[in-house]
Amino acid sequence: MDDYGRDYNIEVIDVDQLLSKAAERHMTGWRLAQICAVYIEEHQQYELSYSFENVYELLTYRIKIDKSTNVPSITQIYHAAFLYENEMKELFGVQISYMANDYRGKLYRIDEETPFIGKGDK
Amino acid sequence: MARKTVVPFGPQHPVLPEPIHLDLVMEDEIVIEAVPSIGFVHRGLENLVKKKDYNEMVYVAERICGICSFMHGMGYCNAVEHIMGVEVPARANYLRTIWSEMSRIHSHLLWLGLLADGFGYESLFMQSWRIREKILDMFEASTGGRVIFSVNTIGGVLKDMPDDMIREFVTILKDMKTELKKTTKIFLEDYTVKSRLSGVGVLKQDDALMLGAVGPMLRASGVDRDLRETGYAAYADLDFEVAWSRGCDSYTRCQVRIDEIFDSIDLIEQCAAKITAGDIRVPVKGNPEGEYFMRVEQPRGEAIYYIKANGTKFLDRFRVRTPTFANVPAMVETLKGAQLADVPLLILTIDPCISCTER
Amino acid sequence: MSKIMNFTGTIMKNLFSKPVTTSYPFEPRVYPERTRGHIEIAIEDCIYCGMCMRSCPANALSVDRKEGTWSIDRFMCIQCGYCVEKCPKKCLNIIPGYPEPMPEKSIEVHHKPETPADETQEPAASKPAEAKSPAEAAPASPEA
Repeated sequence: MDDYGRDYNIEVIDVDQLLSKAAERHMTGWRLAQICAVYIEEHQQYELSYSFENVYELLTYRIKIDKSTNVPSITQIYHAAFLYENEMKELFGVQISYMANDYRGKLYRIDEETPFIGKGDK
Repeated sequence: MARKTVVPFGPQHPVLPEPIHLDLVMEDEIVIEAVPSIGFVHRGLENLVKKKDYNEMVYVAERICGICSFMHGMGYCNAVEHIMGVEVPARANYLRTIWSEMSRIHSHLLWLGLLADGFGYESLFMQSWRIREKILDMFEASTGGRVIFSVNTIGGVLKDMPDDMIREFVTILKDMKTELKKTTKIFLEDYTVKSRLSGVGVLKQDDALMLGAVGPMLRASGVDRDLRETGYAAYADLDFEVAWSRGCDSYTRCQVRIDEIFDSIDLIEQCAAKITAGDIRVPVKGNPEGEYFMRVEQPRGEAIYYIKANGTKFLDRFRVRTPTFANVPAMVETLKGAQLADVPLLILTIDPCISCTER
Repeated sequence: MSKIMNFTGTIMKNLFSKPVTTSYPFEPRVYPERTRGHIEIAIEDCIYCGMCMRSCPANALSVDRKEGTWSIDRFMCIQCGYCVEKCPKKCLNIIPGYPEPMPEKSIEVHHKPETPADETQEPAASKPAEAKSPAEAAPASPEA
């Protein structure tokens, strides 16, 4: 519990557990809040955060992967995730497979590929 | 079997305040499916964390959008203050609440005007925006800017409102209430407006929950959720009721937003009565380290601010999940089965702020 | 039963009252005192520390300690007021009055007032002190 009386916590899981955790959240009535990616330069890793909410609680699953790992898409369970996953793919270069609405890198119509990771790391 | 045609809608369209593109798959005037496509206003603001330190990022966060500007700054500052363990003085919290509620009134009045313009009622558009001018003048007198205030800082607020200014604002808002009652009566009771809005764009409760709708879209479908109940800023000391309804169509969304305007005027009066004297900011030293998710109730819905800091003066990541981003799948769902002439109206009912969506 | 002609009252009042808008260029606009219009400096108090230059989010300021100049590119300034916050001597001020439109961009340079020999020197535009100076396309004009 933080000072405002809200519950929020971060749980680290593996890539393989992602689909089963998402299905569990869906069945118990939780909604998808947001999906975010951070690129850590020192370790050359991505940290993905999948946040789910239930009224005023927020639960986040953290996945740490490197650039070549493939992440399954959760659009089959939460259809609204297509925007977040397309954004992650386009701006950070995270590899996501089986997306329901795949914009193939044209969501934001930008000139440069994956601009949010540094030039030397592409 | 009717033939399907694809009609491109936008990005340049007279009714849209900001560019968004939709490909409408139609069968004889009824929309079957809509494919949204955004990306015309993408500025890459989140990438600026690499170049501007965490104090300057307040000014960048404020300029993500012109209408939701104050709350973006406040959400960012709240998140960094939480990471650094800074406690904001009570007077600063009350001032932030007053400005947030004024932002909410301003945003809803702007939306009412755009809605009236969307179905062609331009004189009502003018009347709504005429009332809005008074709020903009109040902002300029207290913070210095009409749209971008630059008044938030990490540790509190920069400018103080003396007590006679607060009393004057409360008087202006009371007079505004009578004018508002006249104008909003037209939105709710006029025969032509009602026939354009009732029964159009129905979003059932289960769909609203599962597709991730937030804000007035969700509250008009029978779910009473409002993040102000969690008590950030000074909301823990104020009492208010969540404005919600079960209608599920565009008329109900209009009604929910109008109720929120009157609730906000009430909240400002409560703040003016309860505000205490004291400091407006505390000094902040050092660099943030850690991460935090901050949730704020913006006029359009719930926004989530994620900040990750690593101990240097540049942040690692600043991510804003804006309410329109969450409402786009719900909008696409309401478009199914709508007439072509209602499409601009349905895009406007989610209160789209595309600059926020694309940052 | 929903009403049909209930906007008529407002329309009649609108037809017969004076306009809400002010005829702006003929009637000057009165700004409240806190309006953030443009930045002014009291150059005699400036110590050329460069705090304002480092804190400007838009990179509109440049300070040259050796030459004793403080210059601002008014077209880059976003009137946020952060430099006013950061100045240790409080010699910067933000006052009402928005920057006027001009046919070409220019940079305004203020020189140190004590030594008269500095007045005839070339302004700091030709010698950016740090890498953060704004790229200037038009020649800089000395302060009038």
